[in-house]
This record gives sequence, structure tokens and C-alpha cells, in this order.
Amino acid sequence: MSRTRTPVVTGWFAGEGDDFRLLGTRCSACTSVFFPREDAFCRNPGCPGGELVEVPLSPRGRVWSYTDSRYRPPSPYVTDPELSWEPYTLIAVELESERIVVLGQAAPGITVADLTVGMEVVVVPGVLNEDAETTWTTWHWQPTGVAA
Amino acid sequence: MTGEVAVLGVGMHPWGKWGRGFVEYGVTAARTALADAGIDWRDIGSIVGADTVRGGYPGYVAGATFAKALGWQGARVASVYAACASGAQALNTARAQILAGLADVVLVVGADAAPKGFFRPAGGDRPDDPDWLRFRVLGATNPTYFGLYARRRMALYADTLEDFAQVKVKNAALGALNPHARYRKKVTAEEVAGSAVVADPLRLLDICATSDGGAAVVLSSMDFARRHGAAGPVRIRAVSTVTPSYPNTVLDLPDIATDSAAAVRPADGTFRASIARAAYEEAGIGPEDLSLAEVYDLSTALELQWYEDLGLCGEGEAVKLLREGATSLGGRIPVNVSGGLASFGEAVPAQAIAQVCELTWQLRGSAGDRQVAGARVGITANQGLFGHGSSVVAVR
Repeated sequence: MSRTRTPVVTGWFAGEGDDFRLLGTRCSACTSVFFPREDAFCRNPGCPGGELVEVPLSPRGRVWSYTDSRYRPPSPYVTDPELSWEPYTLIAVELESERIVVLGQAAPGITVADLTVGMEVVVVPGVLNEDAETTWTTWHWQPTGVAA
Repeated sequence: MTGEVAVLGVGMHPWGKWGRGFVEYGVTAARTALADAGIDWRDIGSIVGADTVRGGYPGYVAGATFAKALGWQGARVASVYAACASGAQALNTARAQILAGLADVVLVVGADAAPKGFFRPAGGDRPDDPDWLRFRVLGATNPTYFGLYARRRMALYADTLEDFAQVKVKNAALGALNPHARYRKKVTAEEVAGSAVVADPLRLLDICATSDGGAAVVLSSMDFARRHGAAGPVRIRAVSTVTPSYPNTVLDLPDIATDSAAAVRPADGTFRASIARAAYEEAGIGPEDLSLAEVYDLSTALELQWYEDLGLCGEGEAVKLLREGATSLGGRIPVNVSGGLASFGEAVPAQAIAQVCELTWQLRGSAGDRQVAGARVGITANQGLFGHGSSVVAVR
């Protein structure tokens, strides 16, 4: 049985391969960018409030910091308790033009030993977990200079 | 200046993993504080509870729960939720009632029975909650955020793992002197280095545990304190409970991203620094006036961050301050002489109240082996989820 590919959160990212992008929103009045997306109101206290328009975020950024999760996180993170825990890496990435830092998991196989603060990374499509019917998709950060 | 309130009494239930309910810890702390104040519970005009938390949400109506357990006596009641800053906001609610003339003497209580393992969000499928989302989408536990901050300091300021370990060594040695602390054993740098990595670069002994505990304070108006015969009580001179300024450019718990600074220039200084700045301004003092500080060392590296956010030293200079011994007992500005969260573990709604208990004992000169000589002015600092933080200035 083939699984349906479903984003873990609706509307946060879209596209395939090189066209994969995180999706935020931008206020038409003050140009503030929001990720996760704000669709109801602009959070800039000095803004009279404009229309919030979906906007793709820059695919490339630089590592602001990084860490890993050596222990199994609690629910609602989904893991298979039957399997031994495999740590994964988290990267906080600064996007230059949006001047925002976005957290994400690193692409599988990337460890903290592969990373330095300031290194360039690119957003790539990834899989968070799978259950019987669904492949839950997400975004990953991939260092541009490191093979996955 | 806002006006001062008197700290008539303080009390704590020791921190630990006692396997009992939070009400019992809170009542023990409350009765101890009332006895310390020499006030009968039936003479308390108002009770403020810091809400007990399960992964980000008030699980119980704390003020009324404690009032019922102590015996209903008709007092005004309030319950406060502000994540890790709940205790300080409860103190501030009490202070505001006193300064507004709504109550003469107020009991503030916070207590928690912490769950085993990582804090986690409340159950259910709740994609509209940022705290739920960071666990579902990223598995980002609290220690992973501490790991990000620690690594960032290593990259920016060349802090080392050995520096982080020295914070634990300092705090464990002080906690060993504190009968209310959960961990009362000295720790060596080798033991820190030998403990398991939880969230690179931080190890188990770099990260504070979650604990059971309870803390309570009896506050009154200065007039009431005089009538009560409390000569020269410790006074609370400032309670800062400010929120961040947009755009908040530090990745704070439980957020997946910062605000964007593309359209609006960020304010000078971080949210954490603004928490302390507001306390200094309200108290009319500066960092040079401090005798001691109790800061929220959720991790060893975060204690160093607070040195800078409190203005005890310049940006990137925290390790220098630590290495000089300035923040040790006997140093220029001792930090976390209680032993800090490193020795207590975090009992969320009680912790910011416990910080004020320590300031009170220090300012009274009754802190025993961990006494800061001649302590006159103390500050607390803390930060929690969802844009909450606090700083309390107490003087004598």
C-alpha cells in the first residue's frame, strides 16, 4: 500500500527538489515577514495593518547555531519505541534578506561534527515520520558543502 | 519610584523528588513563611498562587487550591500564570494589591510536583499551539534550545566546555551548603565532562533537572510592617515583568523562528537584558550597587549569559568574570549563592519565589555558611516560555 505524502503542517513549505521553499507571509503595509506564517494580522506594533501575502523564504542561509537531540523527545514527536534512538541534529539558520532565524532538523546523516556557526545551508524537502497511511513531510537544512 | 513593600516572611519546602502532590509542598512553604512572619493565616487579606504547570499550561487553580488547603478564611484570591516567571508575577500581583491599598498583608505561594523526564506540552492534536508544534515538528525539547545558546556563545565568545563546567562546580559547591537544595554534593569538572551529552554541547550536569518544591512569601505594606513590629524588614523595590520588543531577534522558547528584523530595526539589547534594565530603572539602582544576584541557570551557559544581560560585565566577558572568581562566594558580585537551578532543579511556579527567599535570607544576614558578607541589595532574574521573564530587586 502506498502512503500519501502530507506536510506535517499545512502551508509552511511547498515545492519539489530545487524548487522546495519555506513559505511565510509578508505584510503589504510594512513589509514585515512572518514565519511561521501569520495570516490574520501583522505583529509589527507600529503597523496600521496590511494584507498578509504568502511569500517564499530565501532557500539559503547561514548557521546561527546548532545542537542535537541525544535522547528521545516526548510526544507529540513521533518515534518508534521499538527502535533504538538515533540522535538527529537541529540547526537554527539565519536568512539574510528576511533577517530571521528559522529552526529545522538537519538532513539525515548530518551531525554536529559537520557544522560550524556561519556555514551556508540550503532548505531541502524531508520526511519527518511515516505511519500506516501517511508519509509526513517536513523541511530539512542541508549544508551546501557537505554531501548528504 | 513605585514604592516599596515589606517581606515579612519567607518559607520553602525542600526541593527534591518526593512523590507527593504540589499542594502539600505549597502548604508546607506557606506555613513556614507565615510562622517566619509571625502572622496567623486567618489575618492574611489576600492569597496569590503561581499556577502549577504541565508543559506550558496552568494545570490547577493555584491560589484557591492553597487557600482551601490552608482552610477557607475568606481572603481575596488570585492565580497567576507566566511560565517560569509565574512566581515573580504572583509577587507582583501581591505587591500591586498592597500598593493600591487593596490588601495590607498578602501570602504568595508557588509549588510544583514535576513530571519525570523532559517537560512536554499538554496532550491532544493542537497545531495552533507553538509549544505543541515545536515538539511535533522538530522534537525540540527545552535542552535543545539551551544547546543552541551554548554553541552560539562558543562561536561568538570562545566560551569552552570547561568554562561551562566551572559554573556547575561553583553552584554545586554552594548548593551543598543549602538545606533547601535537592543536590547537596560537590561536583568536579571531571564529573561534568564525564556526564552524558543531552543536547550538544551540553551535558547532563550542565542542564538543570525538573524538581518538586514549594516556596512562599508574606508581603505587607510598610505601614503594616511597622505596626507589626518588623524593624528594618527586607523590602521589595522593583519587580520587572516586561515583554519583548518587536522584532525579538533571539530564538526564544518555544518558538520555531525569531521575528524578522527586515522591516523594523531591533531595539538595542535583547529581551533578557530589557528585563533587568526595567528592574534597575524601577529600583533606581545599577549593577554596581548589587551585593548578589540569583539568576535562572537553566543551563551552565545560560548563567554566563545572565552575567552580561544583568550588566555585571560587558558582552562576551562573562567567562572572564567567572574565571576571576567575581561570581563566587566572596567575589565582587556572587551569583547563585543558593546553588541555583543547578542545585535545585526547576519547580516552575515556585522557582522565582525561591529566588526571592534566598535574597531575603541573604539580606537579613541569616544565610549561614553561604552568607554574602554585608549584603544590602540583591536582584533576581528569570526567563520563561511565551515571552515571559522577571527580575526582582530587594534591599535592606
